[in-house]
Amino acid sequence: MTGFWPFLLEHRGEILSHTLEHTELVLIAMFFAILIGVPLGMVIVRRAALRVIALGIAGVLQTIPSLALFGFLIPIPFIGGIGTRTAIVALTVYALLPILRNTCVGLAEIDPAILESAEAMGMTQRQILFRVRLPLGLAVILAGVRTATIITIGVATIAAAIGAGGLGTFIFRGVALVNDSLLLAGAIPAALLAIGADLLLGRLERRLRVS
Amino acid sequence: MAVENTIEVRGASWRATPESSKEILVNVSLAVPKGRTLVLLGRSGSGKTSLLKLINGMQWPTSGEVRVEGRTTREWEAIRLRRHIGYVIQEAGLFPHFTVAENVGLVPKLENWPAAKLTARVEEMLRLVGLDAREFAHRRPRELSGGQRQRVGVARALAADPPILLMDEPFGALDPVTRTELQREFRALAQRLEKTIVFVTHDLREALFLASDIVLLEKGRVVASAKPEEFLRLQHPGVLAFTASLELNGAPA
Repeated sequence: MTGFWPFLLEHRGEILSHTLEHTELVLIAMFFAILIGVPLGMVIVRRAALRVIALGIAGVLQTIPSLALFGFLIPIPFIGGIGTRTAIVALTVYALLPILRNTCVGLAEIDPAILESAEAMGMTQRQILFRVRLPLGLAVILAGVRTATIITIGVATIAAAIGAGGLGTFIFRGVALVNDSLLLAGAIPAALLAIGADLLLGRLERRLRVS
Repeated sequence: MAVENTIEVRGASWRATPESSKEILVNVSLAVPKGRTLVLLGRSGSGKTSLLKLINGMQWPTSGEVRVEGRTTREWEAIRLRRHIGYVIQEAGLFPHFTVAENVGLVPKLENWPAAKLTARVEEMLRLVGLDAREFAHRRPRELSGGQRQRVGVARALAADPPILLMDEPFGALDPVTRTELQREFRALAQRLEKTIVFVTHDLREALFLASDIVLLEKGRVVASAKPEEFLRLQHPGVLAFTASLELNGAPA
């Protein structure tokens, strides 16, 4: 540990570039997870059978150990292989469940009196979805995005195992060389990223909450 | 028939699901002539709200039929029918993420009114229910008192100028003073605007004050039907239970 600060100073350029790489992985994966999860949630929220299936699949995917999931993806054509693309696919899969689940909950759990008066005023189901359910459920959906982001920042450290870079690069190297400074150089920025994302999204979520 | 019936319910029964054996409404028949106020009186669970939902086509009768302006609710296109009918519920059901102006202007906006006409209409409606547009238009529902919220609810129901209003215990959650105030204003408003109104309440005094006709619902059946002045003289046990509640409150009927 004695050499940690000098180590940091010496490798600051590398740490910064891996942090940026890591952030990029997370942001791209979150982009796709939101792009898939939120519209899918909107589709399944009023279809009970579909909802059970979709949440079931997302739940099962979530239980696959992350290192194994990266491994499974490697031989798959187009989305697989070694490198960033595979990592992004795996991270997207992991981020899906919290987003999908919170989208369903956020859109479904609206005060029945509000939905009733929306319907009674002659709003179509589509208008109710976009003008009532979505704005009122936004805070809950964002809470899902927040959970997913924090999970993804953690899981993304494993992406280094399949050559996708990121802060995991330090961690794997640190484990292999039994070097604490290397481990910390990966773990501390990852933890700080997670804390930062949590604070930022938490603040946004509070702002969107409609009382 | 001399007067055209705006709303006619003919032998309507309704159950929540086709498999359910319990009928929420049983063979209900009633008619509301144009410009009149029919009050549906009944205890909780008597089917009052369900009957309103048959009228605006949120539910279809399992048997029998409901006609609005001569057409059955199945013949109406559901969205058209509902925009043709103003609806006010307890606690107003205002959208918390909309301002007062957005709430009031919702149906005209859905109907694609031009912006200038819409703004003018919102102001007019707020004035009609006794709220100053400059003060209230940009507030959110949570920044209003219960009475103000209910006024906004009424303004919203009237905004697209529907000929029919359905009111589901609109003043039920208000304190007695505010309630009386709103009842008075609403009665004057209803008479002036010549709306055809179905008003649901469990408060006999409110029924007597607002109604052209009172229909008493009990377990989904119409058990009594009369003009307010005759209603108190009916000897039906259901009516007697309601009049007894009046006397308990120490009010001269």
